[in-house]
Amino acid sequence: MNWTAIRAIYLFEMARFFRTLAQSLISPVLSTSLYFVVFGAAIGSRIQEIEGVSYGAFIVPGLIMLSVITQAISNASFGIYFPKFIGTIYELLSAPVNFLEIVAGYVGAAATKALFIGIIILITAFFFVDVTIAHPLAMVAFLLLTCLSFALLGFIIGIWAGNFEQLQLVPLLVVTPLVFLGGAFYSISMLPPVWQTISYFNPVVYLISGFRWAFFGSADVPIALSLMAIAGFTAACLLVIGWIFKTGWRIRQ
Amino acid sequence: MQPILDIADLRKSYGDGFEALKGVSLRIEPGEIIALLGPNGAGKTTLISTVCGITTATSGTVAVGGHDIIRDFRAARSMIGLVPQEINLEPFERVINTVRFSRGLFGKSPDEAAIEKILRQLSLWDKRNNQIRELSGGMKRRVLIAKALSHEPRLLFLDEPTAGVDVELRKDMWEIVEGLKADGVTIVLTTHYIEEAEAIADRVGVIAKGELLLVEDKADLMARMGQKQLDVQLSAPLEDVPEALAKYDLTLCDDGRTLTYSYDTRAERTGITKLLRDVSEAGLVLRDVVTRQSSLEDIFVGLVHEEEEAAS
Repeated sequence: MNWTAIRAIYLFEMARFFRTLAQSLISPVLSTSLYFVVFGAAIGSRIQEIEGVSYGAFIVPGLIMLSVITQAISNASFGIYFPKFIGTIYELLSAPVNFLEIVAGYVGAAATKALFIGIIILITAFFFVDVTIAHPLAMVAFLLLTCLSFALLGFIIGIWAGNFEQLQLVPLLVVTPLVFLGGAFYSISMLPPVWQTISYFNPVVYLISGFRWAFFGSADVPIALSLMAIAGFTAACLLVIGWIFKTGWRIRQ
Repeated sequence: MQPILDIADLRKSYGDGFEALKGVSLRIEPGEIIALLGPNGAGKTTLISTVCGITTATSGTVAVGGHDIIRDFRAARSMIGLVPQEINLEPFERVINTVRFSRGLFGKSPDEAAIEKILRQLSLWDKRNNQIRELSGGMKRRVLIAKALSHEPRLLFLDEPTAGVDVELRKDMWEIVEGLKADGVTIVLTTHYIEEAEAIADRVGVIAKGELLLVEDKADLMARMGQKQLDVQLSAPLEDVPEALAKYDLTLCDDGRTLTYSYDTRAERTGITKLLRDVSEAGLVLRDVVTRQSSLEDIFVGLVHEEEEAAS
């Protein structure tokens, strides 16, 4: 392994993040605060407790997931799309690095940024609601896996995208609806039976459910199933990335 | 001595059937400067991209310092520096950071002294903390070179380093190349400026339509292909070439005031002595005599034309 190269890519990407630190942090903190004000205080006060948890606290895991997934995808997709767009990709392709090292650098940095923002949101949440974390280790593990797997997905999107519109397309049209319909703001058990069944085809349901279990000890689906879902998703992304680099799809002629 | 670059029967076809390289073979010895000359679309950039790993060859082999670029890609690529044709840089990053990044990417441990040396060599040290977007076009090109040199490569590719660059900067660039050569770096540069090849290369290769038409020592090439012209300027204009001089195949130009004679410098007899004697015997009065050597450009145009004629 060319660890020096991984480190170089990672630090270069993190430098971009720190250059725009203020805007990287202000927007997620602001939007999370708005969610708490609107859903937690204004509407949440009229909603009864869900599974023994106040509504304001109940939405915390979903809110973190929403931001972490969006950030992981956008950071990773932009990270690899930008060199393609401005042409600096030539350097990556001509460097003595293999695809695993390139992925480790870019995805590692994107996942770190997403993790950073996830933690900031959690801290913000403590200011608005009483959050308890029943299984801290599982919470950390879920958070890390989510950052990693969606950064991998973002990397694929960044390679696939031919322009900035396409770069926004998947997060906007696919990921945001999946997260909103994945139980970020409600429990699946609150839905009519038909919609419950449909929801189980939404992979994000397993993530949010598992993450919520780590906080409150209750879940829509068994925790083992949640873990398997995210492990499977990570593996699928890795396979696709492996194929991309083997064939040079959209990067090497 | 082991060649620094050994290309054997390299072919590249694109998906649409276009053959960019039609079996190129080339050996380059350490320490030389070789210029690849050719019109746009001749395959120069494809050749470089394939050696550097940016495009994959359809067939053929390439070894850099004895390392195959596929099987042993880490060793091969570590020896190569590439300065691309386009100015591809991160606009918001600082000069020194992009150079540090390149060094790390090529697996070299951080070495501030080495980076400082490169930046000073390229007159970039004062600009090291500037964002790339603040630099002029010429400075950006220097940053590209600094990046390519950051990992101390033994083989440097300069893809059209002076395309769209003003005369002064071009001279600077040539000095930089000379300096690198003095450090023992082998340099392959592509250009369509003949004068560039003429000014700095040791050997010249001519590429057209994906084929390497020839690779030759620059001096040999010019001597071998070099035709010289002798202009005989006359005091009084002529209507036609006199009968007595018909065997010399002269052309009359400048309103009949100049007779031009072409000859080969390497021939046993150039025929100049006899010509001048016959001119004098024909009763013509000379005003001046001038000789001209054909430039690489004339040679190049001649070669590419021959190729086109052969194809048609």
